[in-house]
Amino acid sequence: MTEALVQEFEALAGTATAESPEWLESARRSAMERFARTGFPTGRDEDWRFTPVTPITQTKWRLPNGVPATVTGRHLAPFMFGHAEWTTLVFVNGAVSEALSTIGPLPRGVLVGSLAEALRGDGALLEKHLTRHAPVEGSAFTALNTAFLREGGVVYVPAGVELSCPVHLVFLTTPEAVGTVTHPRNLIVVERGSRASVIESYVTLAPGSTYWTNAVTEVSAGAGSWLEHARIQRESEQAHHVGLTHVDQQRDSHYRSFSLAMGGALARHNLHVRLNGENIETLMYGLYLTRGEQVVDNHTAIYHDQPHCRSWEVYKGVLDDRSRAVFNGKVFVKPEAQKTDAKQTNRNLLRSDQARVDTKPQLEIFADDVKCTHGATVGRLDDVARFYARSRGLPADAAERLLTYAFAAEVIEEMALEPVRLELERLVLERLGGI
Amino acid sequence: MLEIRNLHASAGDKEILKGITLTVNAGEVHAVMGPNGSGKSTLAQVLAGHPAYTVTGGSVTYMGQDLLDLEPEKRAQAGVFLAFQYPVEIPGVTNAYFLRAAYNELRKARGEEEIDSMDFIDLLESKLKVVDWGPEIMSRAVNFGFSGGEKKRNEILQMAVLEPRLAILDETDSGLDIDALRIVAKGVNQLRRPDKATILVTHYQRLLNYIIPDYVHVLVGGRIVKSGGKELAHELEARGYEWLEDTVGAAP
Repeated sequence: MTEALVQEFEALAGTATAESPEWLESARRSAMERFARTGFPTGRDEDWRFTPVTPITQTKWRLPNGVPATVTGRHLAPFMFGHAEWTTLVFVNGAVSEALSTIGPLPRGVLVGSLAEALRGDGALLEKHLTRHAPVEGSAFTALNTAFLREGGVVYVPAGVELSCPVHLVFLTTPEAVGTVTHPRNLIVVERGSRASVIESYVTLAPGSTYWTNAVTEVSAGAGSWLEHARIQRESEQAHHVGLTHVDQQRDSHYRSFSLAMGGALARHNLHVRLNGENIETLMYGLYLTRGEQVVDNHTAIYHDQPHCRSWEVYKGVLDDRSRAVFNGKVFVKPEAQKTDAKQTNRNLLRSDQARVDTKPQLEIFADDVKCTHGATVGRLDDVARFYARSRGLPADAAERLLTYAFAAEVIEEMALEPVRLELERLVLERLGGI
Repeated sequence: MLEIRNLHASAGDKEILKGITLTVNAGEVHAVMGPNGSGKSTLAQVLAGHPAYTVTGGSVTYMGQDLLDLEPEKRAQAGVFLAFQYPVEIPGVTNAYFLRAAYNELRKARGEEEIDSMDFIDLLESKLKVVDWGPEIMSRAVNFGFSGGEKKRNEILQMAVLEPRLAILDETDSGLDIDALRIVAKGVNQLRRPDKATILVTHYQRLLNYIIPDYVHVLVGGRIVKSGGKELAHELEARGYEWLEDTVGAAP
């Protein structure tokens, strides 16, 4: 598989073009060299111990060609949070669709567009940021994404500009794309003192089909900026999804992430946040809902490199059937990062005897004047809570659904964008069969 | 209405109720008093079907049916309500949603149509007055972040909405200030009707200044050691429980 990918890369790689300038060609090449050296991770790799990647490595994936003409606004409607008028960039099977995208009037200097288009335009912005945040050394998947990157969303908000309406990046896979791999590559840059909300949706019109999404999003949050970032992963439950979100925050910035993972036979998301200045606030919320034989893995890492920063993390999971979830939460506190205030919570609700969770907090703290706490739970619904609901007249199954909903709702409430929050509530209710 | 005969119940291996016999008729208010650990809260919870307890002997007949044979929700649907000593927090579900869901389950059980949220809001208006609350409380998550007093008031609100035939209040008065105590008492007194009955489980006589019971029972060591009228509560207030513990030779 590794060998085949290298050959495929060589076939695609050519000389520098407008869409692939010299600096990018060189980044691609070193990423591919990196990948060729390491290959895919195995079970011996600590970061992948509980998440075998054989479903990905034992398949020969092809790159998709073109947009099928069958996708219309009507197909997209269920994924739009009722707000098709939001600035929306739609990618169908990896390629941008101008017809389905909506780019309304934006404040001066704001850029929302496809990566390929951006590469033809302002080279300086991309050269400064693209491939500069997400290190290819970290993961074979990131290296592959970098080697094959062609398309994705670019969101640029200049200093002091406030975006009043969210930006929505939609990655849609259709039945025509069975057996393909896409490598979406997004770049979000919010400069000093700016403010924005960005949603990434990974959705499908082919719920039972197998394909592979290998996404990377790089985020640069300037000093004093404010970014709300949601990631809605609703791939096919037979598909595979690997994603990295790498965030670099500067001083006084506020970054809030919400990650929903419902799709994927194998789904892995890494969220890495590096705090490069003082007085930074980072909030990370996650919800995963798994069933069947799904394996859903969340790895988060927060790097407290500077003093006086706060990070707050809550990930919750609801597991049915024989599904499995993995949570790994790393918190690194450097010696100079005094007065760090970090809290991490991972709670899991098992709704079946066969479901399984591997949860692991990993705190490495080298400063002495800090407040760092973590907690992980794996369990069933509380018997007393169940009794309380039943004692009010709710039948056992209704009580169970209500309390499960309540368990998930506690983290959904942290979604600040109301239309997205309502959709999350609906998705959970739908999964539970109503309450 | 309720006939408890020689009721025995255990938590794990530990027997807590050791033969309770008690009859409650429609229209009556019974106070069940006793020192800590006497089993009075266990009695309340066993009647509502708490899963932590196993009934090991005796019988409970409610409105002619075997109460112990019913699932907790069936007991609620038959008109039994337990105001919890420690009401459970349900973050993520609003008070309004929870209460309407419960109310509709009881209606369904009676063969009545469910009511929609608009009609329910109308119904709530009068019920909220019972506990001196405005409508804001209904959009908060069930008991989540409520003070101890607010949780108890919320139990009374639920009781006022669900209109049980048999209300069992498990130490609803404990930890309440005098204003909250008055509100709780008002809620109970409003439900005092010839076709309904109330069991008040309490450690202190204080609540009984506001809700005058017809009968007072003293539980010690899992047994009723003395029953009497409301004056028994005053005697307990004056003398404590020790003299009764002595008369039964104390519980093991």
